[in-house]
Amino acid sequence: MNLSLKPEAAEGETLVDLATTPLRALNGALHKLAADTNQTLWTVANPAGRHAIAAGLDAPITVEIDGPVGYYCAGMNKQARVIVHGNAGVGVAENMMSGFVHVKGDASQAAGATAHGGLLIIDGNASARCGISMKGIDIVVKGSIGHMSAFMAQAGTLTVLGDAGEALGDSLYEARLFVRGSVASLGADCIEKEMREEHKALLASKLEAAGLLGEVDISEFRRYGSARTLYHFHVDNVSSY
Amino acid sequence: MCGIVGLFLKQPKLEPELGALLSQMLDIMCDRGPDSAGFAVYGAGTPGFVKLTLRGPAGTDFAALGDKIGHPVIARDTHGVMSVPVAEETTVRAALARLAPEVRVVGAGTRMELYKEVGLPADVAKRFELETMSGTHAIGHTRMATESAVTTAGAHPFSTGPDQCLVHNGSLSNHAGVRRLLAREGLEVTTENDSEVAAAYLTYRMRGGDSLGEALEHSLGDLDGFYTFVVGTESGFGVLRDPIACKPAVMAETYDYVAFASEYRALAGLPGIETARVFEPEPAKVYFWDRAA
Repeated sequence: MNLSLKPEAAEGETLVDLATTPLRALNGALHKLAADTNQTLWTVANPAGRHAIAAGLDAPITVEIDGPVGYYCAGMNKQARVIVHGNAGVGVAENMMSGFVHVKGDASQAAGATAHGGLLIIDGNASARCGISMKGIDIVVKGSIGHMSAFMAQAGTLTVLGDAGEALGDSLYEARLFVRGSVASLGADCIEKEMREEHKALLASKLEAAGLLGEVDISEFRRYGSARTLYHFHVDNVSSY
Repeated sequence: MCGIVGLFLKQPKLEPELGALLSQMLDIMCDRGPDSAGFAVYGAGTPGFVKLTLRGPAGTDFAALGDKIGHPVIARDTHGVMSVPVAEETTVRAALARLAPEVRVVGAGTRMELYKEVGLPADVAKRFELETMSGTHAIGHTRMATESAVTTAGAHPFSTGPDQCLVHNGSLSNHAGVRRLLAREGLEVTTENDSEVAAAYLTYRMRGGDSLGEALEHSLGDLDGFYTFVVGTESGFGVLRDPIACKPAVMAETYDYVAFASEYRALAGLPGIETARVFEPEPAKVYFWDRAA
């Protein structure tokens, strides 16, 4: 394996240049790390939009990716912190279980899809189907999100500082959606709900985790959730299924 | 799954490198569509002349055919380009049909040349020497067939009007109905391919007076299915995604160019990409650039 170590690499830091190192070598090395590894800081150069970079991690490490990534970056992540200094392709942090993923640019479709836990922060916009079928992840998008976001979202929170596209929260279960800007339209069974103190406290905790507490006014957000009319089959709802 | 690449130069600086840039973009999209590939390049044109792109079976003697017709053919593998005075186009087409019925005119226009073949996209690009081509804009496609057979005729781009071409990632569900409408309007769709129907639909709209942008706008209402289209005209370059945005698309714009790709990977090698405005085209929104504007 050719994991190039720059002379200026700090102790415990590993630098990997994907222009010269095969992606499988990088991911293979990351997968081998034990929970008590000393190699806790990894920097990845020249990602060039490659797919599945740092997918399937399960160690308390930090991976800094210096540029745009392709599909499924940090997918299935456990424990690790993955920071993308660029845009992310489809399915960033999809099925994340725990840990932290931070996209410094925009994210494409299905960001945080089906994820069970952890925190995903997107500094820019996320496109369609952000948080689709999310199952416990916290997602904070500083820009806007595209259509069909939080479709069938089951648990977790989706916080959006910008606007939401059409059909937000269609067929929603118990995920909690906070949107500061406009919502183009709500999907089936998604309704605006009262923002009580407990929800303000929940939102504040998510904003704090994203380093945004005090930077945005919590009173500007509106809460959306499930009307719970589609949970069980009812013949009157047949056109909505 | 298919791969699309497109490059529209806003400044003349990169024109000599157009083919080389598109070629490396096409190579990277091989794994989205290894069946076949094709591309259209908008290069130099001569006023009063039309360029006919011909396609023949392997081994076609284009030089001899050019001699017989009276206009030289620049041959590239199974394709050849013949430049004829506009006034003679009809006569030349008739002569071609008579003298070489196995040779088809796959594209025509003042500036467009169109090449496509079955095979790995990287090999197809090499066979046609895409790297050496220059021009103002170009569109390429790598195909993984879904709606019709893997044949050269089923490869993209499709051209159904002068200097017009279209590439498509997706599948249309109402192409049979649209095909019947176009037939009534006198537009011939030569293959069973759904994407050719989309190309012919745009030709039909533009023949009726639509700009490329307006034609794309109308296709939102009339074409049903999954699609990301990239379309070229003599001076323009357009992009449209279906309202659900089923198929991927990413674009990059700099002072010098507008580039399109199915995945960012194909844009990663472009000059100045580090500082380009990279964005995902929104669903059901027509994007359109025109050099004449």
